[in-house]
Amino acid sequence: MPRIAFIGTDGTRREIDAPAGVTLMETAREHGVRGIVAQCGGACACATCHIYVSPQWMAKLPPAEDMEEGMLESAWEPRPNSRLSCQIHLTGALDGLEVTVPERQGS
Amino acid sequence: MTSTILIVGAGQAGAQAVDTLRREGFEGRLVLIGDEPHLPYQRPPLSKQFLAGEMAADRLPFRHQAFYEQHRVELKLGLPALSIDPGARLVTLADEQALSYDRLLLSTGARSRPLSCPGADLPGIHYLRAIADVDAIRAALRPGARVIIIGGGYIGLETAATARKLGCAVTVLEMADRVMNRVVASSVSEYFEHEHRTQGVKIICNTRVVRLEGTRSVERVVCADRSSYEADLLIAGIGAVPETRLAAEAGLACENGIVVDSHCRTSDPAIYAAGDCTNHPSARFGMRVRLESVDNAFEQGKSAALNMQGRATVHDRVPWFWSDQFDNKLLIVGLSQGFDQQVLRGDPATRAFTVCYLKGGELIAVEAVNHSKDYMAGRKLIAERARPDIDKLADPQIPLKDTI
Repeated sequence: MPRIAFIGTDGTRREIDAPAGVTLMETAREHGVRGIVAQCGGACACATCHIYVSPQWMAKLPPAEDMEEGMLESAWEPRPNSRLSCQIHLTGALDGLEVTVPERQGS
Repeated sequence: MTSTILIVGAGQAGAQAVDTLRREGFEGRLVLIGDEPHLPYQRPPLSKQFLAGEMAADRLPFRHQAFYEQHRVELKLGLPALSIDPGARLVTLADEQALSYDRLLLSTGARSRPLSCPGADLPGIHYLRAIADVDAIRAALRPGARVIIIGGGYIGLETAATARKLGCAVTVLEMADRVMNRVVASSVSEYFEHEHRTQGVKIICNTRVVRLEGTRSVERVVCADRSSYEADLLIAGIGAVPETRLAAEAGLACENGIVVDSHCRTSDPAIYAAGDCTNHPSARFGMRVRLESVDNAFEQGKSAALNMQGRATVHDRVPWFWSDQFDNKLLIVGLSQGFDQQVLRGDPATRAFTVCYLKGGELIAVEAVNHSKDYMAGRKLIAERARPDIDKLADPQIPLKDTI
């Protein structure tokens, strides 16, 4: 069961034990993590589950596909470590993953 | 201080209203009433991953039971509301319990439009809108099964793609001259027809179903040109009708949906409405609209929740929609109604292209096929009432965001 840390814009850290096999977005939604809207429910159609992945974890994630890259380009304040949390499938290898929630979601 | 809020309709809009009310500090009694016996769940996967058996049922709900307990939300699920008494501010449920309210939110959604031709009352005709519908359909989606789908809209085509992936022999019967004719440009229709045909789906346009036949249950579809199609499974996806019965019987203004203002208020000051069931004003597009979409249900659910707490919030968003068919993603933003110019960006043969709609020089809608960059850029430009340069717009090498 991977433990995930969500860091809010105010610096608050929230650690959640997530089941493997779901997405990072689903875990955030289930626990009501503030700032994750996830309007489309994981269809890669809205860019409202945008997060920043801690740099040391970026290389450990499978890279974003074109569709996700295109969504992120016009997301709110994209950075090199931006990802859509609905496209990150949790596995045991992601135990300790740390992500920061942006101040806003949407375009 | 509002002490009791009832929400009738436990879909996307109702679930979002619950979330917003508690998140934004509503401390009173909160009751969520739903026809179905399920926790509020996501409908989009029903015709796709859930129908395909790729997504387990426990991943459909927005939130699990514990969330509702923790936030003191009383759930009345599988208990349809029978009537509203606006004078006494009471809602009566199917088990005859009467609940009083200070504010009531109607998020009753829409129901599948039923077939009306002779034979439409035969057993074995399926629609696809709820978990129970999928449960009834899924067992029949066996390899080789002859699946006839009436209606080439979003639901029909998504279901066709899923059934084909499961190995069924799929035929889609569409009355108009092209699929999704009400919602997309002809180039987009052509592209999707081609994709479906390449995958082995039979798409027959200009075909009007006149009769359904069968002895104990439906076996055959007969069309106006006397062609007929044998069906092991028949699914109709011919649109949806707003669920307005409760509202209309309570005397609320209804016309193609429950009529609300930009604050989600109905004609009764204590009653609000949100989601697919509403007919609401769009200031951006200068007309009244009724939208069937996740986005609209979500945003109106949120606006209604804020307005019910006395925090005046105008609902005026640029709507967006999506559809997944085989490995294609169609992303739409804005409303193309009333456009005076259409610009194609890119070549459909490359499997990624976009159609832009303008009205008086202003970008009003974008249909992007496998092109999330154009879609996201379109969201911004449409909201900003941007006036793109037409020559730049027609050049797919120039990013959409740089066309102004």
